[in-house]
Amino acid sequence: MASIQVSALHKRFDDFVAVNGSDFTVQHGEFFVLLGPSGCGKTTTLRMIAGLELPTSGTILLDGEDVTFERAGRRDIAFVFQMFALYPHMSTRNNIAFPLKCSGLSRSEIRKRVEETAQLLRIDHLLSKSVSGLAGGDRQRVALGRAIVRRPKAFLMDEPLGTLDTEFRDLMINELRTLHDRIDATTVYVTHDQMEAMAMADRIAVMNQGVMEQLGPPQEVYDKPASVFVADFIGSPPMSFLKFHGELRPGDKSVQVNGAQVPIPEVREGFAADNFLLGVRPEHVRLDPASDLRGSVSGVEYLGTTQILTMDTPQGVVKARISSSEPVEIDDNVGLRFLSSRLSVFHESSGRAVRTALHDE
Amino acid sequence: MAEVTLKKVSKRFGRTTAISELDLTIRDGEFFVLLGPTGAGKTTTLRLIAGLEKPEEGTIIIAGQDATADAPAQRDVSFVFQQYSLYPHLSVYENLAFPLRAPSRKMPAAEIAQRVERVAKMVRIDHKLQNRSTRLSGGEMQRVAIGRALIREPNIYLMDEPLSSLDAKLRVDLRLEIKRIQRDMGATILYVTHDAVEAMTLADRIGILREGQLVQQGSPREIYERPRNIYAALKLGQPAINLIPAELMPAEPKPLNTVTFGARTEHIIISRGQNGKADGRVVLAEHLGNQSNLLIDVKGTQVLVLVPPESTLSTGDEVGLNLRHPLYFDREGERIQP
Repeated sequence: MASIQVSALHKRFDDFVAVNGSDFTVQHGEFFVLLGPSGCGKTTTLRMIAGLELPTSGTILLDGEDVTFERAGRRDIAFVFQMFALYPHMSTRNNIAFPLKCSGLSRSEIRKRVEETAQLLRIDHLLSKSVSGLAGGDRQRVALGRAIVRRPKAFLMDEPLGTLDTEFRDLMINELRTLHDRIDATTVYVTHDQMEAMAMADRIAVMNQGVMEQLGPPQEVYDKPASVFVADFIGSPPMSFLKFHGELRPGDKSVQVNGAQVPIPEVREGFAADNFLLGVRPEHVRLDPASDLRGSVSGVEYLGTTQILTMDTPQGVVKARISSSEPVEIDDNVGLRFLSSRLSVFHESSGRAVRTALHDE
Repeated sequence: MAEVTLKKVSKRFGRTTAISELDLTIRDGEFFVLLGPTGAGKTTTLRLIAGLEKPEEGTIIIAGQDATADAPAQRDVSFVFQQYSLYPHLSVYENLAFPLRAPSRKMPAAEIAQRVERVAKMVRIDHKLQNRSTRLSGGEMQRVAIGRALIREPNIYLMDEPLSSLDAKLRVDLRLEIKRIQRDMGATILYVTHDAVEAMTLADRIGILREGQLVQQGSPREIYERPRNIYAALKLGQPAINLIPAELMPAEPKPLNTVTFGARTEHIIISRGQNGKADGRVVLAEHLGNQSNLLIDVKGTQVLVLVPPESTLSTGDEVGLNLRHPLYFDREGERIQP
């Protein structure tokens, strides 16, 4: 397996900039996820790594070798599209063997590779069966087998689980990640589904309008979002934002939100008076009748162990995830308290996070 | 709006039985969600009510009338599909107004305008009424599609996974909006999904469908707290309910015939093992912000519990487990009422 090094990558379609200066290195053995909404440039980035698109400028190194303008067929990369793209009239064996047919390998070598691959995926008992009779999970494994049988340097996957049921998807998330570890693969995985990204990635690159907004391990991206966009894209429900106006000085430990004094992680950089957003994750909100920060409940969603409350405040909508044993009803007026050490602060006009004690190592 | 009842309805496609003797009543003004995996018969049920499929057996009663033999148009139902299907050459306004423009309705222009504006406000698209429908984001298009269904007041709204093509954030927002609209209008809705969170948050009642049969129906809380069997128990709740073979915890009190404990995270009390007395060992401690996941190995069975972030338990620690009002299941997986 291989490392992939992407430097100053740009892609322009006429006057539309799809990818605007991406820099990242996917380490050997890493599961790297490109995450973002449709149109953010994630698939274009993947297609440039695969050689299906040529960049406007920038370089792509595969294991140190410059492949920026190399033909796709010469890059030794396996591209997995939406799964289930199998040849329905063929057996499992022939489906998996197909990519090797034109490789020049001997028949016995092909046979050996197909059998190893099938064992790895635990479908060796299905080799002689027709794929059209297989259950969904097994079909997906065959599709994966076809990608790994070539032993490519890297796997590129474009929303491979896009159309699956939630339950089956959870299962495949586990299997894909386990397989990646077992064969020591390097994987670049594109998705718009933050849950998939959080569950599978070693590192996530969050993209927005062609720009990489943040790059880091899932927990870091979740806990310390670098921008409003990232905070708003990740989490279900995502972070809530409360508007406030004021000046920020290094050393500040609280901010004024509509007259209520709200403790925050100690501020590490200064800003002149401006508009800011206080960012709070739903699980960091508590109900406290004594709090000056008030909200009116506009939604109560029962989830069993927990419930999600939606509360309207003059500064914005706040979502809370609390125990469902707390009795709350629509139109209740409630007091809000936040877990101060976990709050984020954003500069509203630029959207970027203000540096605070949250970012201390 | 009206009540819709299915009585012993069966539908086969060739040798496959899609729906088998289904009995179901969606009450007037109710938000009913059918929850099940692909192939459970959810969409077929919607299509049977809409008249797009004919049942082999059984009766479909809409607003007190036997509608089993009625053509789709006679049934007065409104369907929202998974993929928003708007008229691309028309404005948002015209897309919304379309169902009212049928010549048979002879609705005056002023009334059409009034209804479009009311619905556009409801689905929060009133600021884009003059936009071409192709110039909208995915979430806006789906709001228009839902609005177009809501513009009429049919006997029932049938919704086939209307949120599944949207991204996570929009799904959460629209979920809340659909619920609000339904409450404000007192609408009767039959909504199908494979997403348990959607079902729990939207439904007045959920029907769990499995291979064409109804496993259980009830309010989200009823099914969550008193599932009929293991299948229903596993459907609702995240993390999924822990199933612990009863013989692994012989000291726990239990009704006769209990083979499996069903223990959700709120049913489990964890303590640090003392003096070599332990039920299990922590094999993974995952700290997720404000709470932590502990994966505990209990003699080969893995149990996942959520603990507060203050918990100092970590990987390798021996722990004691006590169950507090867990669920009890018999050999067939049916729940035993203690």
